[in-house]
Amino acid sequence: MHYQNREYPYQTPPELKGENPGKYPVAIVGAGPIGMAMAIDLALHGIRSVILDDNNKVSVGSRAICWAKRTLEIFDRLGIGDRMLEKGVTWKVGRLFYGEKEVFNFDLLPDDAHKMPAFINLQQYYVEEYLVDRIADFPDLIDLRWLSKVTGEKIEDDGVTLHVQTAEGNYDLRAGYVLACDGCKSQIRQRMGLAFEGQIFEEHFLITDVEMPEPPFESETPERWFWFNPPFHAGQSALLHRQPDNIYRIDLQLGPDADPIEEAKSEHVIPRVKQIIGDREFKIDWVSVYSFTCAMLERFVHGRVIFVGDSAHVVSPFGARGGNGGIQDVDNLGWKLAAVLKGEAEPVLLDSYDEERRHGARENIKNSSRATNFMTPKSKMETIFRDSVLTLASDLPFARTLVNSGRLSVPCTLDGIGLQMPHLNKNGAAPGTACPDAPLPGGWLLNQLGGEFVLLTIGEKARQASLPGVTNLHFENNAAVSAHYGDDVIYLIRPDQHIAATLDAEADSETLERALAYAKGKPALETAS
Amino acid sequence: MRKTLTQTDRLQPHGDDFYELLMAAHDGLAFDQSAALNARLVLILANEVGDFGTLTAAIDRAKKT
Repeated sequence: MHYQNREYPYQTPPELKGENPGKYPVAIVGAGPIGMAMAIDLALHGIRSVILDDNNKVSVGSRAICWAKRTLEIFDRLGIGDRMLEKGVTWKVGRLFYGEKEVFNFDLLPDDAHKMPAFINLQQYYVEEYLVDRIADFPDLIDLRWLSKVTGEKIEDDGVTLHVQTAEGNYDLRAGYVLACDGCKSQIRQRMGLAFEGQIFEEHFLITDVEMPEPPFESETPERWFWFNPPFHAGQSALLHRQPDNIYRIDLQLGPDADPIEEAKSEHVIPRVKQIIGDREFKIDWVSVYSFTCAMLERFVHGRVIFVGDSAHVVSPFGARGGNGGIQDVDNLGWKLAAVLKGEAEPVLLDSYDEERRHGARENIKNSSRATNFMTPKSKMETIFRDSVLTLASDLPFARTLVNSGRLSVPCTLDGIGLQMPHLNKNGAAPGTACPDAPLPGGWLLNQLGGEFVLLTIGEKARQASLPGVTNLHFENNAAVSAHYGDDVIYLIRPDQHIAATLDAEADSETLERALAYAKGKPALETAS
Repeated sequence: MRKTLTQTDRLQPHGDDFYELLMAAHDGLAFDQSAALNARLVLILANEVGDFGTLTAAIDRAKKT
């Protein structure tokens, strides 16, 4: 392997030293990107957690590599955005081939109004390594326990007791809330007997990382190449894109009848790779053969056990909506759980995580299923339609946008659901929108918003507005801000940088108070009573 | 009079919704039934387009592969 996985040490927990650490506010099961991001988000809100992982290293293999703008913005809030940006490959040019012919290409021009690019490619092991490093900044708030396997749980009304197994012995740990960040095969989900249903795809895909000293592209610009029915792989699809360290990801559709174990052998992989990149020096770094389902839990919140990331929903990889979707779960849940634990909101606020993120998961499943269906037509007529779209795409723009090799992850809008107030001032962007970034002198708007509630006031008329206990950020005659946010508007921004309310510039303090109460779950409380 | 086909993508923002709907309409049909569904659809859409010049251009483009 090109990447040398560090091994993180097991340390004897207080429970096995005969100490009594009492009840933890939060226990997180799984130290993947979701579990670790979750702990950091909670720590930024001052909430203590313990993370339990049965392993002692970061991701083996690159796995999730494609991180979208909103995800990078969230990671930036958590404190690893700059490192990711520095190491990651910002890809720009995409080329789409049908057979031997390039049907079209596109250039993702950088948006100077945003700190983060549309996407970067960065191996999951780097992201996890950065998260482990970041966790070390919170020694009093995050207790990360490697080689500690959760083997069972006893769920009660006011908390959960986890049974933990280590090489040194077993112990019980009590927590107010358990966050199941234990991935697509979640053992907590299985032990709780929760149905996890959806569409199963029969196709097999081969995914491999190849190290090449020279790029296969014509220039140094990182590109993403996608083939339908390539000459080197008749009737299937293929994808090639670049990661840091001269590593290239290749995805090959293998069809439903492929034998995964046979296909993963290097005697089969190497000739296929040669057909794609031609006669050049390369080394196979990692191979995996997989098939997938698109499925989700009926509910993400089960009393004191909350499912986050792949344990709650899985998608096909097309569109990079697995890791990106999971990080948005973290963003949504962190501030809400913190507010409940600090007594600033009622537990009913957690139901809005369920509502909002199931909405997001449904959207991700819909988009990734559509891409998979486009890539794997299931009848002769579907194949004819798919091939016709590709034929027409060379000169007809409508056909070009129908070509679906994955719709890249964008944040879903929460307009009209849960905590958002009605859209009261049409001068401004709709409630439920993830805040767009904007350049400020010496920085960026999203960095200024941070991770707490913010009263964002724009225009002279809104200057007087204030809300006790909430930071006020005011702009006047700022074209970059007004381009997205309009003028003479008051916004209440949630800690996850989503617009909670869009109000008149002259809104009185009672209205502002009501907006804040709304965003903290008041409508849900009213419905419940 | 012969026309050129529009370069505007008029299916957005519902392109993917349309494609899914179209595939669902064919779901479970035998190939001949699917072909007949396509024929009916072409005829209906031709009437919706109406303009003979546009239909001529569309047929010309569709004949190219």
